[in-house]
Amino acid sequence: MELLELSALQLGEAIKKGEVSIPEATGAALKAIEAQNGANNAFITVTAEAAMARAEELQKRVKDASSPLYGVPMAYKDNICTKGVKTTCASKILGDFQPPYNATLVEKLTAAGAVSLGKLNMDEFAMGSTSETSFYGATKNPRALDRAPGGSSGGAAAAVAAKECWYAIGSDTGGSIRQPASYCGVTGMKPTYGTVSRYGLIAYASSLDQMGPLCGDAADCAAVLDAIQGKDFRDGTSLSGDYDSLLQNLTGDISGLKVGVPVDCFGDGLNGEVRTAVLAVADVLKDRGAEVVEFQFPVMQYVVPAYYIIASAEASSNLSRFDGVKYGWRAEGYEDLADLYNKTRTEGFGAEVKRRILLGTFVLSTGYYDAYYKKALQVKAVIKRAFDDAFNHCDVMLTPVAPTTAPKLGDSLSDPLQMYLSDIYTVSLNLAGLPGISVPCGADKQGLPIGAQLIGPALGEQVVLNAAHAFQLDTDYHKKGAK
Amino acid sequence: MTWETVIGLETHVELATKTKIFCSCTTAFGGAPNTHCCPVCTGMPGTLPVVNEKVVEFAAKAGLALNCTVNRSCKFDRKNYFYPDLPKAYQVSQLYLPIAVNGTVPIKTESGVEKDIRIHELHMEEDAGKLVHDPWIDQTKADYNRCGVPLIEIVTEPDFRTAEEVVAYLEKLKSTLEYLGVSDCKMQEGSLRCDVNLSVRPAGSEEFGTRTEMKNLNSFKAIARAIEYEAKRQVELIEEGKRVVQETRRWDENKDATFSMRSKENAQDYRYFPEPDIPPLELSEEYLEKLRAEQPEMAAEKMARYQAEYGLPVYDTEMISTSKAMADFFEEAVAQGAPAKEVANWIMGQVMRQLSAKGLEAKEMPLTPKTLCRLIALVGEGKLNRNTAVKVFDAVFDSDGDVDAYVKEHGLEQVSDAGLVTEAVEKVLAANPQSVADFKGGKEKAFGFLVGQTMKELKGKADPKVVNETLRAKLKE
Repeated sequence: MELLELSALQLGEAIKKGEVSIPEATGAALKAIEAQNGANNAFITVTAEAAMARAEELQKRVKDASSPLYGVPMAYKDNICTKGVKTTCASKILGDFQPPYNATLVEKLTAAGAVSLGKLNMDEFAMGSTSETSFYGATKNPRALDRAPGGSSGGAAAAVAAKECWYAIGSDTGGSIRQPASYCGVTGMKPTYGTVSRYGLIAYASSLDQMGPLCGDAADCAAVLDAIQGKDFRDGTSLSGDYDSLLQNLTGDISGLKVGVPVDCFGDGLNGEVRTAVLAVADVLKDRGAEVVEFQFPVMQYVVPAYYIIASAEASSNLSRFDGVKYGWRAEGYEDLADLYNKTRTEGFGAEVKRRILLGTFVLSTGYYDAYYKKALQVKAVIKRAFDDAFNHCDVMLTPVAPTTAPKLGDSLSDPLQMYLSDIYTVSLNLAGLPGISVPCGADKQGLPIGAQLIGPALGEQVVLNAAHAFQLDTDYHKKGAK
Repeated sequence: MTWETVIGLETHVELATKTKIFCSCTTAFGGAPNTHCCPVCTGMPGTLPVVNEKVVEFAAKAGLALNCTVNRSCKFDRKNYFYPDLPKAYQVSQLYLPIAVNGTVPIKTESGVEKDIRIHELHMEEDAGKLVHDPWIDQTKADYNRCGVPLIEIVTEPDFRTAEEVVAYLEKLKSTLEYLGVSDCKMQEGSLRCDVNLSVRPAGSEEFGTRTEMKNLNSFKAIARAIEYEAKRQVELIEEGKRVVQETRRWDENKDATFSMRSKENAQDYRYFPEPDIPPLELSEEYLEKLRAEQPEMAAEKMARYQAEYGLPVYDTEMISTSKAMADFFEEAVAQGAPAKEVANWIMGQVMRQLSAKGLEAKEMPLTPKTLCRLIALVGEGKLNRNTAVKVFDAVFDSDGDVDAYVKEHGLEQVSDAGLVTEAVEKVLAANPQSVADFKGGKEKAFGFLVGQTMKELKGKADPKVVNETLRAKLKE
């Protein structure tokens, strides 16, 4: 059995049946990481010993397993707090910070029998679209090592694409799960805001951040989401999803489903090959009984500015706690308190993080608050209404994930504004708090994966997953592995 | 020219909840440094605040008692600034939509001025930690025990004109919050802190002068002194043709003066924005109705009831109900059967004398009502005379000692045995023939001397009434 080719659910099944042992699977994953991490740099920290010990322990209790993911090796993006394991946010400023607590999501997956292999690379503090701003070096796209894997959950997408783990947990503030999933040819889902507790996720932009799975396919995403969703008393913004098992209700039956195609998302600035591949998704869904409707979605020009204002504003406040006083890295040779702050933050943060802190500080300043921050909140409300309106016409929306396929390493950072604009199809979901999934739907002439985004109304996880699953039942883009 | 002082107050009050505003750490005062904290209140990365419902309840109760409109929907905001005692580098507070607005507090000053002080707003926020500088090693250490202790900030309109009004307001505020049970208002532990905004203007003027804000005011006395000082300083500046600078000033208790801390030009931009980690709080009308119904009997109501129920004079009821602790003490003593007027007299006399001598507040009183009741009973039963009772009171006050044991141990029980008294009287009469003669010759004064001598003979333990009667009877013989 080629273990690494199995989906997470298939591996879970094989473990349950005794066809594969958990240490065997864990060993195979660790071997894959060892072989490839030097090239793709998906992991910042590999906890090999702890993973093997955990695997042995889980194997002893395999008969009591209830979760379909019991014993399946996985990994966390490095902005998710793991007790006693270095959590860096890919930043120098966190130093060797080891949280004395687990994120709620980590607790839940641990209870479900997850084997953690370690911590995944990312853009520093999740700020970036290429995973190149990491203090620990850029992650490379396993589909083509001269390409960026996307970001900020680039390590998560790369690790799944390179078959170094069966699933990974990323975070998505403006597309950070969906866009790297698209660039790396894996399936990644951002749930409705509040569905997954944010307790233990080191905040970038609190009102937009949401964790979610990156997997081989939609069924795996459903299984992971079942394990991690739910109201958490430690997160006041968490919601009760109030749905049965997403996995068990994953029928693939989409007859009568109305798939909305917002024409404004297929206009200028979209690469032709991407356009063709994404629109072809509508045809596949139609063949399975869905109905396709086109409509206007006239808010696209506002989403990127509103997103960057709100996200930067919150980030400027959220990242203020990294001041060298309490934990993480502290500069040497400071003269007084102000100097300690200045030197630590000057040396501890990278350029992109500084850019967003400065931008956020500016938009919250007296005299600019109303013109920028308050205005952005108004735009956010307008975007929410636009989606409400759209879901009067359809059950799910279909859009591209990104305007292009994976860019060459180094190309994006030279022009941050261009990089921000490439977030156009993903950020609106964060502003509106909606669920969205990125599914592989083809490749360009160079063989680079293309992703399509399916969007649902708030708490519409099931309909989104079902549409994605239906698409994957009839296609095999998600099965095409790395070269 | 005559000048008018215009004052507004910002008062921070620690709420007496058991746990902190956003986590379940204890709010207990003191404790070894950094032992009352957790990842949430120390702002560790990834942690999130969850609002303590008791904090909302206490804040809403305070708002209702101060005659505010309690908003049905309110939000938290972040106030951003860097300081090592603030581990998140922002304080979660309320700016845009506080829990309560537009209240009034009626006050009555010592000199009889009665007026309403308007409350601009009341909002909830978290306290910061404490920095302790160690001069020996020249290092500053941070203690985060106080981080996340819940506060309400009560902001008045600029309605005060004198220090006396300010003190009357603060006393009323303190009493109200204590009665509600939402704060213990201990200034020395920092659970009630006050910043004073002050400006001066020519009497009769409608416009406000430039104001300064004074901090570090740790007692009502300091507040009164600082107000006098600052008003005088501002008037002198203006009369010298200089101008008042808008700034924050620190009161220095030892130097009896205020000193500039920072001017408006150097004021920080706190970049307030809505706290995204906490959803808006919605308070239902039913909830507020329930809080209104739960409001305990307040000072004014107690005064009226004590007058009606016990026939106590207004002055007595005012003294007793100044603080909830004293009123509770009074009520418990009465409930245990002591006569109300007798308890009132002890409170206004000996109890208050002891408290002020020891520098204690009523709620810190070591003596229990039970002990006072026993003392009152012994006097009532004629077993202790009043003077001795005061001595016993002083002796047992600090430790809430056993009255009966003390009386027995020191042989203080009153002598009511007629035989003993007669014996003593006869001895005194025999030893003082001159006084007997004087009395019989019409000098009433001599009687007092003979009483005194008899009491002395009985070591002060005799019932004066019995002594009097026996002496008169013997002298008539």
